[in-house]
Amino acid sequence: MFDFIDLPLLWAILIAVGVLMYVLLDGFDLGVGILTSRASSEDERNMMTATIEPVWDGNETWLIIGGGGLFAAFPKAYAILMPAFYLPLLIMLAALIFRGVAFEFRHKAVRPATKTFWNSAFWSGSLIAAFSQGIMLGALIQGVNVVDGAWGGGSFNWLTPFSLLTGFAVTIGYILLGACWLILKTENGLQERALKWAKLSLLAVSICFALVSLATLLSNPQIVARWGMTLGELNFGRMALLAPVPLLGLLLCGLLWRDISRLSADKEAAPHWRGFLYTAGIFLTGYLGLGISLLPYIVPFEVTIWEAAARDNALAFMAVGAVIMLPIILAYTAYVYSLFWGKVKPGDGYHA
Amino acid sequence: MEFDALLLSRIQFGFVIAFHILFPAFTIGLAAFLAVCEGLWLRTKKDVYKRLYLHWVKIFALAFAMGVVSGVVMSYQFGTNWSVFSEKTGSVMGPLLGYEVLTAFFLEATFLGVMLFGWNKVGRKLHFFATCAVAVGTSVSAFWILSANSWMQTPAGFAIDPVTGNFYATDWLAVIFNPSFPSRLVHMLLAAYVTTAAVVLAAGAWQTLFKTSTEPTRMQMRMAALTLAVLMPVQIWAGHWSGEVAHHYQPAKIAAMEGWCETREVQPTILIAWPANTECGLEGIGIPGTSSVLFSTDEPLKGLDAFAASETPPVWPVFWSFRIMVGAGLIMLLLGFWGLFLWARGRIDKPGLFHWIAVPSGSLGFIAVITGWMVAEIGRQPYTVYGVLRTADSLSPVTAGQVATSLLVFMVVYAIIFTAGSIYMARIATRGFADDGFEPLDRAPGTPLGVVREPAMIPPVPEGASHV
Repeated sequence: MFDFIDLPLLWAILIAVGVLMYVLLDGFDLGVGILTSRASSEDERNMMTATIEPVWDGNETWLIIGGGGLFAAFPKAYAILMPAFYLPLLIMLAALIFRGVAFEFRHKAVRPATKTFWNSAFWSGSLIAAFSQGIMLGALIQGVNVVDGAWGGGSFNWLTPFSLLTGFAVTIGYILLGACWLILKTENGLQERALKWAKLSLLAVSICFALVSLATLLSNPQIVARWGMTLGELNFGRMALLAPVPLLGLLLCGLLWRDISRLSADKEAAPHWRGFLYTAGIFLTGYLGLGISLLPYIVPFEVTIWEAAARDNALAFMAVGAVIMLPIILAYTAYVYSLFWGKVKPGDGYHA
Repeated sequence: MEFDALLLSRIQFGFVIAFHILFPAFTIGLAAFLAVCEGLWLRTKKDVYKRLYLHWVKIFALAFAMGVVSGVVMSYQFGTNWSVFSEKTGSVMGPLLGYEVLTAFFLEATFLGVMLFGWNKVGRKLHFFATCAVAVGTSVSAFWILSANSWMQTPAGFAIDPVTGNFYATDWLAVIFNPSFPSRLVHMLLAAYVTTAAVVLAAGAWQTLFKTSTEPTRMQMRMAALTLAVLMPVQIWAGHWSGEVAHHYQPAKIAAMEGWCETREVQPTILIAWPANTECGLEGIGIPGTSSVLFSTDEPLKGLDAFAASETPPVWPVFWSFRIMVGAGLIMLLLGFWGLFLWARGRIDKPGLFHWIAVPSGSLGFIAVITGWMVAEIGRQPYTVYGVLRTADSLSPVTAGQVATSLLVFMVVYAIIFTAGSIYMARIATRGFADDGFEPLDRAPGTPLGVVREPAMIPPVPEGASHV
């Protein structure tokens, strides 16, 4: 019944959307997590975590799309990439474990020392998880060593100046998302501080945006060609077609800067949700740029989505489930977000 | 025995999955218990059920968080350490795990937010709906995981691509409802319920012994004892059912479980065994001629001598895990009956020997779950997909150094969070209900209600609380 659909392409799109959802949703709660290190008091820290507590678990579930979805739809890519990223994955998982339990444990700790321990675990876990995700992104763009259809690289191939740069870029990006989330969810002093954090991180994000784009182009001639620039020759048709993506990213950075500046002067000068939306847009343009650079490779420049895909009957079987369940999942996710919409105030109900 | 990447990966997988299963086993049961409590509260309007709910939901939040973080690890383990297995089985196992994410994970994780943080935000019925969604989500999750694992035990409905050597499904219903799936799903769900009942009983017994026994304490003791008394006999039957299926499809596993050395028409029921200098490697004491009670078959019952050494699982871990599991189950069965007896005599609330035994018995469900899974998983060796794909042929191209590092990291990280989590849960569970009054306690001015320190405080529920 799915004969007329390119199932690997459909699943590549679904998983790409899933990963984007993860980046945007867990991105802001990881960012808020990192920013709790800047909290001026325990009360302020509690306000910050209260903005994400009801939704973080659902947000992190999108990460399983990255792991489980890859296993299900592109087992060959999963089998190559997971061993290739063995150590950064381990670091990310350990960081996410500490951060995840710290959500609960920091409220249950009695002694000041253990409370400090779980507070630190919370922000540093968020930071390390974000950084290792960025490192894996960089390592993916650089490509992994494939020998006879399996991973054949060294244990530390993922660690390069470029992957450190992307690690830094992703972390800063998450901080910007987190700061914009706090602008949306908080008031008064904390909101003012969030505006300051947003401004600083936006500056850093703009620089990273440029640096990562440049480094990507410098490091890989295939990506350069994809954007219409080969040595000594420019493909203006292709460039004109693709140029709106990075330009839109720049425009959104500018709009966000204007919003933050106005809000810093006057709290009612712009809607509080718009900054978050602009940031999501900046991420989206970066993500599209990445897609343009890498597709149709799922293991860059080695394995395409069609080569890595599971059998069509497996993809079709899952497509039925996805077509039915994804709208339902999105609907109740949206519902839960709407339920917890609005500013977090001291005294908002909590379970224990 | 060399600690190579294969052995280390097996140890690591066993370790992270054993750690993980503790929490789903507990939260599947606890979510059901919470749904029952909230439902009874809405129906009967009796305060005792609400107090039980608000008490146990705090423990649920902790256990669920630990289940989530250790579960995320699982979704990457297959790829990091068992990439050949992943590539070969992806087109069969992948969709089962994909359906778990689509039908269960999002449901649990999203409505957990409403369950834990929506008490004052949504109406009672909607909150009850959220609790039920979480409870259903945990069970649906078990459905898919047990289906995938059972397919590895008794693979069905598949073929092997002659070009790539990868598995693919020929009949999805046969894959999902593979031969060992129904019995194993029932066995696991019941295990989750009795595990939780044993914990609830232990907490109640502790409170009876060391705290003032309040109404919720008395109620939870009765509910837990009744659950054990009703479900444990069913569980023993389900275990037997599961054993019969295994006997049909995995006779080598049964031979190791039972400690049968030689193939015979009628086998003894071996109670204990020890290493011996025989061909089979063990000698034991058993009740002769009793196998016909358990296994209704006309064929001779295969002993370990019927299989090549390369086809049998390690005998000792399987043999002893099985006995520990059965022993733990029998104690829980007795506790259930004993509790009902004391209840009928009106003595269940008076501290006594029953309570002293019930407290340590809170761990028995977990012990039975771990050892039961050891029987299932070690008993499947030397295969990952039974009879088709060997464990030794499933491994990723990783080095022993990488795996040793990750194993060490997981051990340290899990030791820290397990210790802290257990302490926090035990603190709440043992505290009892005397101080769960609805007035704020020990709250610094300006602290959001969300972040109440110990002793925890529960905000009052406004009548007709609704969407804010």
